[in-house]
Amino acid sequence: MDADVFVAWFEEAARLVHQDRDRLTRLDAEIGDADHGTNLDRGLTEVCKALTGAPPASPAQVLSTAGTTLIRKVGGASGPLYGSVFRQMGKQMSKAAETQGTQGTQEARVPVTLAAFAAAFEEGVVAVERLGKAALGDKTMVDALAPASRALALAVRDGVDVSEALGQAARAAAEGAKATIPMQARKGRASYLGERSVGHEDPGAASAALIMAALATVAG
Amino acid sequence: MKKLINTADSVVEDALNGMAAAHPSLRIHDRVVYRAEGPTPGKVGLVSGGGSGHEPLHAGFVGHGMLDAACPGEVFTSPVPDQIIEATRAVDGGAGVLHIVKNYTGDVLNFEMAAELVEDTAVATVLVDDDVAVQDSLYTAGRRGTGGTLFVEKIAGARAEAGAPLADVAAVASEVDERSRSFGIALTSCTTPAAGKPTFDLPETDVELGIGIHGEPGRARVPHVSARELAGIAMEAVHGDLPLRGDLLVMVNGMGGTPLMELYVVFAEVAAFVKGKGARVSRSLVGNYVTSLDMQGFSVTICLLDDALTRLWDAPVETPGLRWGR
Repeated sequence: MDADVFVAWFEEAARLVHQDRDRLTRLDAEIGDADHGTNLDRGLTEVCKALTGAPPASPAQVLSTAGTTLIRKVGGASGPLYGSVFRQMGKQMSKAAETQGTQGTQEARVPVTLAAFAAAFEEGVVAVERLGKAALGDKTMVDALAPASRALALAVRDGVDVSEALGQAARAAAEGAKATIPMQARKGRASYLGERSVGHEDPGAASAALIMAALATVAG
Repeated sequence: MKKLINTADSVVEDALNGMAAAHPSLRIHDRVVYRAEGPTPGKVGLVSGGGSGHEPLHAGFVGHGMLDAACPGEVFTSPVPDQIIEATRAVDGGAGVLHIVKNYTGDVLNFEMAAELVEDTAVATVLVDDDVAVQDSLYTAGRRGTGGTLFVEKIAGARAEAGAPLADVAAVASEVDERSRSFGIALTSCTTPAAGKPTFDLPETDVELGIGIHGEPGRARVPHVSARELAGIAMEAVHGDLPLRGDLLVMVNGMGGTPLMELYVVFAEVAAFVKGKGARVSRSLVGNYVTSLDMQGFSVTICLLDDALTRLWDAPVETPGLRWGR
């Protein structure tokens, strides 16, 4: 998976989120404050602008740029939260590249393996759990991201190919998002609703599922 | 839904341009609202911020005796760290800066990131969490910051203006938060410019109890009753959490779409409730201060005063949204 794949990932994610902007905002209106679709649409548009303006050379740089842009441009909770996922992934990848000695002038064209991606993704999920103080079952984006991370780890262990692995991660994220429907929210604005948050899909988990679907499309 | 806007995307920018044009006491640069005269040397700087749509909070409280800068985000969306960093550096008069943050996940995260990134300025943070509608704080993101934010900004602002060091300004800000409680009730949902339709459906016959200030639905929905009964519900919730005693600062705040006349109807009931509990309305505020766009409804906020806090509340203030004594 090279830098181009990751740029394409964000372009596809931006397209999917833009297309589903109203659905995400509607989900957020039910249990939050009706701005998730609008904010993420604006944020990913900024990410694409940043990536096409000065195309980063390495996968790690693509992810760092995307993460930093989301933190700086989106606001709300989703900006720092998604931003941290990608920035941490970027950090982890460049650390891995350093230990493999692939960093330097040639790093640009060195793609990351599925195993390296899965490891970085896991670090990204840990970062967002820490920042948002959220755990599995709290009815947040973690409920889509953590199952996707687990699916990736299993795929690496079983030696399945990239395309199949990303498909499994996307399916796990989608199922995770659906699984938030019966949950009672314990984090974020939906938590103020108490039991009234039950019966609604979490908008953050729904957008996380879209982002994972985007990756499966471009790298599948 | 008809709105006085040019486009939904430009509404925050357009409103800020209007503020700048209307109030020469303000300087607005890169989405930060400052006092036109710049930082006061030796004074602790006060920075707050949050989503737009709560006007006059926060930008309307920039000026002598209150904030040094406000960072408005998009409608109901917290500002980004860049704005907060810029504001913090710009208002540092050498005595450090206090961040006044309403306890909402987005506001907390963005202010936290900004405070981490500002290395050359001493920053203290006070989280405002006065909303008693959030009961289960162990299983939620914690109590929200609502009307009490105005009290914190006013009283901490007066303390800073008097030349107190950062630790003292932060301490009085926390003290005000600890002594303040709020409860809000909505008659209608608000309508964000981007959505163009009400955020939640509330039948004509019902009211929403325990609302926040972002159009997030409350904890319960009950049939609409008289102002006396609604004020009673709000005050029982406040009193149940922090028993009313002694001298009180009492605000009946409109959510943006409620006539002042109705707010006074509510205030009369609130004052009667206070008297019934043997406490006294010592200072009061009635009007639209911490709003939720065009929502109809009210919130009531009380603060248990002592002499020192009363003096700070009475101290001169000169901002677009609040002014007296100067």
